[in-house]
Amino acid sequence: MATRPKEAKNLALSTKEFSIIGTRPPRHDALDKVTGRAKYSDDIQLPGLLHGKILRSPYAHARIKSIDTSKAMALPGVHAVATSADLPQVSGKVVDLENGFFNYLFLSNNCLANDKALYVGHAIAAVAASTQEIAKNAVSLIEVTYEVLPPVMHGLKALEANSPILHDNLETTIDATARAGGYRDGSGSTKGTNLANRFEFGIGDVEEGFKKADLIVERKYRTEPVHQGYIEPHGATVLWSENGAITIWSSSQGQFAIRDLTAKVLGVPESKIKAIPMEIGGGFGGKTLVYLEPVAAILSRKTGRPVKLLMDRTEVFIGTGPTSGTDITVKIGVTNNGKIVAAKALLVYEAGAFPGSPVAPGSQCIFAPYNIPNVYIEGLDVVVNRPKSAAYRAPGSPPAAFAAESTVDEICQKLSIDPLDFRIMNGAKEGTRKGSGPLWKSIGYIETVEAAKQHSHYNEPRGKQSFGRGVASGFWVNGSGPASATASVNSDGTVSLVEGSPDIGGSRTVAAMQLAEVLGIPSEDVKPSIGDTDSIGYTSVTGGSSVAFKTGWACYEAAQDIKSQIIERAAKMWKVSTDNLEYQSGKVCHKSDPELTMHFKELALKLNATGGPIVGRATVDPRGVGGAFATHIVDVEVDSETGKVNILRYTAVQDVGKAIHPTYVEGQIQGGVAQGIGWALSEEYVFDKNGKMMNPTFLDYRMPTALDLPMIDAVLVEVANPGHPFGVKGVGEVPIAPCMAAIANAIHDAIGIRLYELPMSPSRVLDAIRSGNSSS
Amino acid sequence: MPDIWLPIATQHLTNGKHRTYIEGSNVAQVMDGLDKKYPGLKALLCDGNDITPGIAVIIDGEVTNIGMLANLDEKSEVHFLPAIGGG
Repeated sequence: MATRPKEAKNLALSTKEFSIIGTRPPRHDALDKVTGRAKYSDDIQLPGLLHGKILRSPYAHARIKSIDTSKAMALPGVHAVATSADLPQVSGKVVDLENGFFNYLFLSNNCLANDKALYVGHAIAAVAASTQEIAKNAVSLIEVTYEVLPPVMHGLKALEANSPILHDNLETTIDATARAGGYRDGSGSTKGTNLANRFEFGIGDVEEGFKKADLIVERKYRTEPVHQGYIEPHGATVLWSENGAITIWSSSQGQFAIRDLTAKVLGVPESKIKAIPMEIGGGFGGKTLVYLEPVAAILSRKTGRPVKLLMDRTEVFIGTGPTSGTDITVKIGVTNNGKIVAAKALLVYEAGAFPGSPVAPGSQCIFAPYNIPNVYIEGLDVVVNRPKSAAYRAPGSPPAAFAAESTVDEICQKLSIDPLDFRIMNGAKEGTRKGSGPLWKSIGYIETVEAAKQHSHYNEPRGKQSFGRGVASGFWVNGSGPASATASVNSDGTVSLVEGSPDIGGSRTVAAMQLAEVLGIPSEDVKPSIGDTDSIGYTSVTGGSSVAFKTGWACYEAAQDIKSQIIERAAKMWKVSTDNLEYQSGKVCHKSDPELTMHFKELALKLNATGGPIVGRATVDPRGVGGAFATHIVDVEVDSETGKVNILRYTAVQDVGKAIHPTYVEGQIQGGVAQGIGWALSEEYVFDKNGKMMNPTFLDYRMPTALDLPMIDAVLVEVANPGHPFGVKGVGEVPIAPCMAAIANAIHDAIGIRLYELPMSPSRVLDAIRSGNSSS
Repeated sequence: MPDIWLPIATQHLTNGKHRTYIEGSNVAQVMDGLDKKYPGLKALLCDGNDITPGIAVIIDGEVTNIGMLANLDEKSEVHFLPAIGGG
């Protein structure tokens, strides 16, 4: 059972009372999910459906000399073969799309390799056939001639002078701001580089700051790529009709992103594409890009029939984006009384085969919890022969928190200061200047630390031998973006709500609750659904922990629209001015005549007789998003004979703004922590010397199961966001951020050895114990 | 006048100055003023008359979604940082 620390007197908790917000109604999608009726990407069946299969590169780095598809095409049952030659040549210029910043040339080349294969698993060609078996056989008949090149798998190696170069014309974008790097139209680099982007920012004078420090700790950290590990593999079915209309059914985090990205890769207008969102079996950031949709589209165009492409688990591992591997150097200077005076960081993030690692957010999160007068941060985005990285829950923040929070823990130990007291002393609050420059608005960081300090877990007697307790904090910026909602009042007093955010973590119920709160009706009386790109206004991706904020806001506004129309309708019926009416608690009432009162349900019955339907509409692109902080406490036990780390107890304290549906918020926190524990202790891509992933199954890629985890206690601290009608802050991403550092700090507490590399697997822990040294 | 924080990579054009004050009631006007004061600076932050993709403009601690069109007041504080996407 989660804890809600309302009794804690020093917490700035949300005190506004609501009738629906903060309750725990049943989720609207529960029945379909538990009965298996919910439709996922593989559930689409269409007349004439063909089955596709992708041929993937066996080499991490190779020039494609030729592709001979004749034998595959000759196989009975094969209808089409596609290569990158079937895709239009698109611009390599970085462009701004509502869902982010893209280089369509890289995106296209990741869907189907052009002149080079850049990682093992890179898509080379695709087949459409009558059955999956025939398609599978056909791809084995495609003959590709490769010129095999040496790969470079590590970011720091890729920066060395004699490193193999992935992209002949990659241009480093060296300025303080640009992110993605890449080719620019009409120009190319005169010498090869794997450095796609470099930026720097800071405040104050960091070198002068270090001169004031009594203690300086500088350490280097390494994290390995990990995969989002969503249960449902990628899948897409596409029909390219004779009239040029394209319909896409796929599992994604944004149907509009799928539509727009596919249109750009195919070189067709967006209006030609309708993207229909299926239920999604997990995304965590990894389903914000296109992999299969453009390929299935060109196979459909060639055959005139719908084509379905599905990945198996191995393809998901080797062909889609894990998060980046990182090398981070952190230097922090403090005075003897524990005040941080300067901090510096170099963050080197591996983007995979194409530019675009999350080094920018990592850089802006790394020192976010602290008030530091002098900061300098440098970020490098480096290409290597691994799958192109994709967003993963608080992209870039967890490795940054691992580095910063481990260093902070070492400082606390050297100064003999309680680590939570250190954080309270140095913690950022409203008005503090961030290391990136801007001032913090309302935030709830210190409140999370204080709640952690008061929690029974932190004050519980420690275990004995091999027991360790660690704490760490983390930050995620949270996002917003355009969102739309349409709400139709039904004659039975229910409301059919259509919104545009694919529901990964319960967002349709959270959206419905915000609408229900305004209208004063039960959440169960709202019927939410997620519209396709032709039936709802543009809505940016379900990402950045944005949906409860932005789509919730759209629902709030749509409900306000309904309220206004109801007041107008009642005024018409009662022949009074709208100025004399108000809507409260599900009723429209005359302000001075108690006889004139009508419940929402009563009025709904009369709509068609009093002027027609009432439909509330809203499109928003709200600002005022509140950043999210979390502070975690973990107890571990380290087996000194095997190196295995057992998690004994875990408490995750988080500022959640206002929890719309606390059960969902607790679930997000517990899910984030479970993923963080996997990242900390067991998950990693293991490559052989040729760059082939050696563990592309869930048997060998070791994610934690319920048997590996204790109950994760989620503590909801509600520092309401003044920038949202209900005080909402995004909650889904930050819970993964502090985990690795908290566990590393607990391991150090247990065995006196600090680990600087992830995962802290039994072999790595055992090596550290046997050598008696820390791992770096 | 709005308080403009200059990215490190532009400071070769500003004699190392990291902060300046520029007259303007929106980002576009400030950008033109910056370029007048420090020739070439606009080209580092803009792609034509739009903010370069990948750059976030932060006004008073809040990322703006309308770039050059965003309004400023006398006390606005403006930063240019790498844009961030979420998961």
